[in-house]
Amino acid sequence: MASNQKPALSRAQLIGLALVLVGACVLPFVVSNYRVFQFTLTLVYAIALLGLNMLTGYNGQISLGHGAFYAIGAYAAAILMDKFGVPYWLTIPIAGAVCLVVGFLFGLPALRLEGVYLALATFALAVAMPQILKYKGFEHWTGGAQGIVIVKPEPPEWSSLTQDQWLYFVVLVCLVALFVIGWNLLRGRMGRAMVAIRDQPIAAQAMGVNTAMVKSLTFGVSAMYTGIAGALGAIVIQFVAPDSFTVFLSITLVVGVVIGGLASIPGAIYGALFIQFVPNVADQISKAAPWAIWGISLILFMYVMPTGVAGFIRIVAGRLQRWRAR
Amino acid sequence: MKFSPNRRVLAGAVAVALALVAAPSMAQKKYGPGVTDTEIKLGQTMPYSGPASAYGTIGKLHVAYFKMINEAGGINGRKINLISLDDGYSPPKTVEQVRKLVEQDEVLALFQTLGTPGNSAIHKYVNAKKVPHLLLATGATKWADPKNFPWTLGFNLSYQAEGAIYAKYLLKEKPNAKVAILYQNDDYGKDVLKGVKDGLGAAGAKMIVAEATYEVTDPTVDSQILTLQGSGADTFINITTPKFGAQAVRKAFDSGWKPLHIINNVSASVGSVLTPAGLDKSVGLLTLQYYKDPNDPQWKDDPAMLEWRAFMGRYYREGDPKDASNLYAYLTAQTMVHILKQCGNDLTRENVMKQAANIKNLKLPLLLTGMSLNTTPTDFFLVKQGQLAKFTGTQWQGFGAVIGSAE
Amino acid sequence: MNVLLHQVLSGLATGGIYASVALALVMIYQATHLVNFAQGELAMFSTYIAWSLMQTGLPYWAAFFITVALAFVIGAVIERVIVQPVENAPILSVVIVFIGLLVILNSLAGWIFSYTIKPFPSPFPAEPLFGNSYMSSHELGSIGVTLVVLALVFGFFRFTPLGLAMRAAAQNPVSSRLVGIRVGWMLALGWGLASAIGAVAGIMVAPAVFLEPNMMSGILLYAFAAALLGGIDSPGGAVLGGFIVGVLENVVGSILGTELKLTVALVLIVGVLVVRPSGLFGKVHVTRV
Repeated sequence: MASNQKPALSRAQLIGLALVLVGACVLPFVVSNYRVFQFTLTLVYAIALLGLNMLTGYNGQISLGHGAFYAIGAYAAAILMDKFGVPYWLTIPIAGAVCLVVGFLFGLPALRLEGVYLALATFALAVAMPQILKYKGFEHWTGGAQGIVIVKPEPPEWSSLTQDQWLYFVVLVCLVALFVIGWNLLRGRMGRAMVAIRDQPIAAQAMGVNTAMVKSLTFGVSAMYTGIAGALGAIVIQFVAPDSFTVFLSITLVVGVVIGGLASIPGAIYGALFIQFVPNVADQISKAAPWAIWGISLILFMYVMPTGVAGFIRIVAGRLQRWRAR
Repeated sequence: MKFSPNRRVLAGAVAVALALVAAPSMAQKKYGPGVTDTEIKLGQTMPYSGPASAYGTIGKLHVAYFKMINEAGGINGRKINLISLDDGYSPPKTVEQVRKLVEQDEVLALFQTLGTPGNSAIHKYVNAKKVPHLLLATGATKWADPKNFPWTLGFNLSYQAEGAIYAKYLLKEKPNAKVAILYQNDDYGKDVLKGVKDGLGAAGAKMIVAEATYEVTDPTVDSQILTLQGSGADTFINITTPKFGAQAVRKAFDSGWKPLHIINNVSASVGSVLTPAGLDKSVGLLTLQYYKDPNDPQWKDDPAMLEWRAFMGRYYREGDPKDASNLYAYLTAQTMVHILKQCGNDLTRENVMKQAANIKNLKLPLLLTGMSLNTTPTDFFLVKQGQLAKFTGTQWQGFGAVIGSAE
Repeated sequence: MNVLLHQVLSGLATGGIYASVALALVMIYQATHLVNFAQGELAMFSTYIAWSLMQTGLPYWAAFFITVALAFVIGAVIERVIVQPVENAPILSVVIVFIGLLVILNSLAGWIFSYTIKPFPSPFPAEPLFGNSYMSSHELGSIGVTLVVLALVFGFFRFTPLGLAMRAAAQNPVSSRLVGIRVGWMLALGWGLASAIGAVAGIMVAPAVFLEPNMMSGILLYAFAAALLGGIDSPGGAVLGGFIVGVLENVVGSILGTELKLTVALVLIVGVLVVRPSGLFGKVHVTRV
């Protein structure tokens, strides 16, 4: 699924983007607080999915363990706020930095592993994470199995927003910033190197790309994005516990990335909408076996859109263009 | 013609009488959110999916029970509408679903939300929103804290209290015991463990010779049993959930260890644990009980048990009558119905909480004989009593007095 | 010392469980070059079928063979009906289909059979062999069954033309078609065989861990690790990997305590993979430019 060097956005695309942004800003004022909360979570997942997409979609390294980085980011934020009284907005870059380092360090030995073997290594990380978080030795920091309760940040006086609306905008600002940075990264030399390594690793190396460095850095940046998402998620939910970060979270992130569309930035948003809202829909359809419905929806999505929603849109747009050109 | 004085008095008396009759139905009909003349909305989250999906049957039984109540006319003429949502035992999902129940569905109260992590995540929220958070399906001790969390009231006998009772039993009956403990590596296992350690006090350091944990993702606990056996312990405290409890019972017997085996209440079901493990291998097991075990032959003809079976057969056919969770769920639903009945026509959240905090001597027939449920505004521990029981090979034989006072 | 020996032997017993499931994973990889995450749930579901058959009064061995045959058919049907439509999709999309399958099977099993644990009979005698207290007859017997299945699988791939055709179809479908191999049916056959092996694994596992819908979730991780540790394209490696993982897990648990047992075991396994990236006995793939 090659994603060619992205040209700068066309006028139509820019207008579309602006409309979406305006819509996103208006949203919290037209829906109830509960819906705002749900959409805030969607944005958080979108950031996490963009991180995973960089690694898996653009760089071809499979990770079944990104939930672990999400957990590290979440706990970093929670511990900083709970034990050290750090203000919430400062915990976000710190959590990002921590995950950048951890991701990079994990990426180094992972260099030796390919495909299925890398999948296992990352899967092992995800499986081990809850146990590590519950470990007696860290209990003083992590709260052990009981977790940590976080105080929800108050919106500033001048904004006259509700708590939920304020947090929505905080996350939205982070998302826009991270997406712009990511877009530039993927468009530039780093992005081209990543894609080259994914498609033709030997040729890339022959052309002088420092494969090891790029792959490890990609791991680090990808972990950083997901870690920031984790920190934001912790602040929005106001609670972290080992049970929040099971292996199923990692699997859900992979599902989100594939359904949204690999190697696609808007794919992160489609995927986030899927993993946030489809379980609720499945729950309403069937109380007896709600996850069977979810599983069926996964399979159906893959039948109809094997390249994800973003891929599907691309195909449809391409067909439309050819039809119009006739 | 003038009214004579007698007629005036009579007229006045009739007027007063009419006013007295009219006043209660006008003044006392107070509704909180989720209540109408015909409906009471309750909300809960249950793990219908995910690692704890075995407990989803509890929510399904609640729905079936309220259907039965509704068919009989409801509570004071109002039908109960229980909105039961799946949270997959994942705290972020619990937060989302509870917010939906409170802010979108506007339920009157939350009933039997399941799981310590999920309840921990919503604890502050529901108290800030002043929503009655009742009869939680978890035994963590922190749910009975009326001073700091006046809207939360748990149901289960607290895990720590259970652990402490086992400890006290050992201190009295076997003070020189060498104790080995197996516990599930989560809040539940650690809570019971804390109760045991607190109960043993200073003697604990000498008595506890080995501890081992397991994760719910572990296939078996055989290795842990071997480790504990190898420590030379002669007493084994088994803090597990049904599957692992059964494995532990079987392995402890098969490997020739055969210690004094104390098994916690969650894993003491004759149908879901001891029968798969082997009834012959379970002889001598010790546990704490507070409600009747549906597979215990001694309750075969017990009227309350027969009533429960009839309910299962008629309203919850797909439920498993061997699963003790289904009896537990029945008890909690009965308690909720009692609270709502006590509210009469004052169905505000405040009054629901008030009634929940003033349960006097509720002797539900499925509780063990001699037990009752009690709360006061300063004591939110609903279930405070239990009785130790020994397994004879066919049934749990209660012995000793009912521990803990109802007050 | 006695305790350590006990732990090692117990580790071999659990290792046998991992080995049998790892064999099914290797089988499906050999046939399709994909790791089927739904393998565990298929095995669990097949075991429930066996259980249901026994509930109707069928004797053990009749139920055993009928279940294995049924599992073969179900595996082949799943491949033709559910997996075939996404044959040409990117690998990760197929993985998503597997995840969907996993979730559906797990959910269905819980709905149909409920979550109460069920005891499952063992074909082996209840008394331990020679009266030893280390390994029960069932544990020894299931290891024996695993080794027999391993021999059959090995023989199949090495010595039969069908096995060769299957390996060719997985490795190079285009060329295989050119020489007349029906690639589609090879894939279905591979799935059927893997499903049958999984059913055997499930039937051997259930007496030890009790039958319930989440029976295989913990085992799958270790089986996955075992298969990769031994080398994903080596059946013998997978079985050896299973035993190693089982013993490692137990020894780590008894030496370091159980609180970080899972973590340490996984770290060690991943460590081995970093040193030998294709597993202990896997084929190292050399790509020529």
